[in-house]
Order: sequence, then C-alpha cells, then structure tokens
Amino acid sequence: MSDSNNIFTKFKNMPVDGIVKTVIVATTLCFVCSMVVSFAAVNLKSIQEVNKAIDKQKNILQVAGIYHEGIDVNKTFSSFQPLVVDLNSGKFTDKFDPFIFDDKKASQDPLLSISLENDPASIGRRTNYATIYLLKKDDGSLDKVILPIHGYGLWSTLYGFIALEDNLNDIFGLQFYQHAETPGLGAEVDNPKWKAQWKGKKLNNENGELMIQVAKTQKYKEHHIDALAGATLTSNGVDNLVKFWMGKDGFKKFLNNLKNGAA
Amino acid sequence: MSQTRKQLLVDPLVDNNPITLQVLGICSALAVTSSLNVAFVMSLAVIAVTGFSSLFISFLRNYIPNSIRIIVQMVIIASLVILVDQIIKAYAYEISKTLSVFVGLIITNCIVMGRAEAFAMKNTPFNSFVDGVGNGLGYSLLLMCVGVVRELFGSGTLFGITILDSVNNGGWYVPNGLLLLPPSAFFIIGFLIWGVRSWKKSQVEAREYKIQSLEVH
Repeated sequence: MSDSNNIFTKFKNMPVDGIVKTVIVATTLCFVCSMVVSFAAVNLKSIQEVNKAIDKQKNILQVAGIYHEGIDVNKTFSSFQPLVVDLNSGKFTDKFDPFIFDDKKASQDPLLSISLENDPASIGRRTNYATIYLLKKDDGSLDKVILPIHGYGLWSTLYGFIALEDNLNDIFGLQFYQHAETPGLGAEVDNPKWKAQWKGKKLNNENGELMIQVAKTQKYKEHHIDALAGATLTSNGVDNLVKFWMGKDGFKKFLNNLKNGAA
Repeated sequence: MSQTRKQLLVDPLVDNNPITLQVLGICSALAVTSSLNVAFVMSLAVIAVTGFSSLFISFLRNYIPNSIRIIVQMVIIASLVILVDQIIKAYAYEISKTLSVFVGLIITNCIVMGRAEAFAMKNTPFNSFVDGVGNGLGYSLLLMCVGVVRELFGSGTLFGITILDSVNNGGWYVPNGLLLLPPSAFFIIGFLIWGVRSWKKSQVEAREYKIQSLEVH
C-alpha cells in the first residue's frame, strides 16, 4: 500500500510539464477514453441494430399500407416472405439467406455488384442481388411485391421501397426510409399527400414500355406523378431512380419472369 | 446552492449567453433548429457534453501538462460526444436519423472548448460542472427560441403538432420555405442579438474605431 502511495506521490511531485508526466498523462487518458468509447459502442450495438431492423420493417409495412400506430412490427412483418433475386437472370436465388443478406453491403462488393456505365440514378455500382418481399393473400396467391430502390436526389441518396399490386404493373405505394433532402422542399417526398399520388399509377403501357414519370407537366394521366414544388432536383432524382430500378438494369426482367411464373 | 453557483448557472442564460454575447456555437444553431424535436435532443446532448467535459477536465486540471492541454481537452470532449451519439442512436433512433452528423460536430462546438479552457482549467469540479450546464442551458435557450420561430412559420407546427394548418395538408397557411433553410437562422439569431443588446445595454460592444470627419486642404 505504501509502495503504490510512493509511486503516486512521486508522480504527483513530477514537474507538470516534464516529458515523463506528459507521456504518462497522455497514454493513460487515451487508454481510459478508448475503453469508455468501445465499451459503449459494443454494448449499445445490439440495441442499435434492432432499431435499424425495426425501422426498415416498419417502412415495408408502411409501403404495403398495413402499418398503423401501435402495431407489433415484428409480428406483422412475419407475414412477408423475403427472397433474394438475381437481377442479371431475373430469377430467385438461394445462394444467400434473405434474412441476413445486406443489399447495401453487396453494392460495395466488386464480386457481388457491377459498375454501371448507364447510371441515371447516380448510384455508381449496382448490386447483382437484391432482397425483395412478397406478401401473399390468405389463399396463397400473390398480393403485393415490395422492391427496394435507391438513387441520388439533391443532397443525398434516397433509400426506399416501391410496392406493386399482384398484376406487377400497378403501383400500390412508394416510401423512402432514408434521405437527407431539404426539409419542407425535397423532404416533402415523405408528405402523405404526395405519396398518395403513386397509388394506382401504371409502370408500363400496353406494349410493355416503361412510361412512369415524375414531372411538372402531365403527358399520360395513368403514368404521371406531379413533381414536388420547389424541389426540382429531388423530383428528378426520384424520377430517375424509379425509372432505373423498374427498367432493364433493375427489376424489369424479374418482374416479367414473375408474371410468367418463371422466377 | 450558494449564491456564486446560482450565478454560474443563471448568468449564461441571458447576461453572458454563449451565442448572443460570445457569438459561439453558431454553426450547429443554424443546422438543427428547423424542427423543435431535433433542437431539443441536440440541446440535451450539448448540456450533457459541456457539463461532464467541464467536470472531468476540472478533476484533471492539476495533472494536465500545459503543452498538451488542448489535446487532452479534445480527447475528453470527443469521447463524451461519441458516448452521447451512441446513446441517442440506441434510444432515440428516429431523431438520430435527422441529427445525423451534428451530434458528432459537438466536438467542434466552440462553447464546449471555451468553457473547458476558460473555466474548468481554473476552478473546482463542481463549480465547473455547474458552469458547463449553465452554458449548455444558455445555448439551449437560444436554440429553442430560434426553433420555435423556424418550425412555427416554416412548417406550421410545434414539436410536430400542427398549429397553423399548412396548404400542403389542405389548410390555409402558406409555409415560409426560407425559414427551413439554414440562412434564416442567421437572420433570427441576428435579430435576437439586437433585441438582447437593446434590452441589456451593457452587452453593447465598444466601437473599435471611430469614423473621423475628413478635412480637405
């Protein structure tokens, strides 16, 4: 006891600006602080992951129109069937577990993604595998398909989901769960009134051409979504990303396969 | 609580407000005041960081070598900020999404460094803690004032509750979009500083120069 006391008094009596004391103080402080920070990060990580997962599930429920305040997200979400789709072949794949497959991570992995030459949504790389969600009716037939979409707006990449009806051409809803667009202008993509416009709009015309459009002027009523006032660049971003993901580099092949029962 | 401690806590609210008098911590005040929920959580985060960083720095003040004191202060502040950021992410996920990078930027908030350097290095731990909390409260008070103006007239809501029914939702109020953009906070803070200095004349700074009349020969 007296020994440690000696060391402590010795330390205390050192000149405050001496090299030895400076190094000791710096090292101890860094060590203690890094312990505190890593302790917090490790301990809170599981809660943060759960939050993230619930937030994503909540958004899927919202886009499918079955979310309301106070619902048990986890339980309701179990009625959705997640599946991984190979975007190049347009078919389901069982190479990955859909419950843990991470599309965002795959977009960064050169083995699982391609670099885009024609890149209207400004995403750089596109994953080859995407997690989609099927909602079945009680009799087992298809009710809705929920597809992940993302692309660049004005300030940020918008991440969201688009829900399609069982004919795979009518849009049921669209919802972004992550973006950093200007509040009041671009962030009005979250406005329920604006989102309601998407319901019932058709992706393709009778000839199978992709016609959906976010624009100021209306060309075809059944394919038109009004652009946001004061947020031209965000609206263009949404227009581009929906066209991209519903087009031939996105889910078009898969949707055709699914329609023909060949997915 | 003794008279001086009370002074330490109350002084920074108006008489020595870090934003209006010292004009510190402006950047984050511009960024997080477009909605009150976000401003409120940011305020709590800043109060916690200024309070505890002052406390810990004051505990260590006699052991901190002068040559590395700023770095030591930064390490303590940064650790606290990461801690706060992690806690917000775990327990207030929705708000952490809107606050995103600004909690991390508390590290560079001049108020925190300013209190550490000007007060905590020279005073006892408890007084430093009170001083830190007081300054955090002063920052918060201004943040909430700016937030009320911006959210009420920018979106027609307060804490997300509709007060003025906006046109976007089928009401009558046309929201002022400028108030949702960061520059509007500059104007509001400017008007607030003007208001406070008209009320408390002692805060008016002396002129650094005098305009001279020019005599032509």
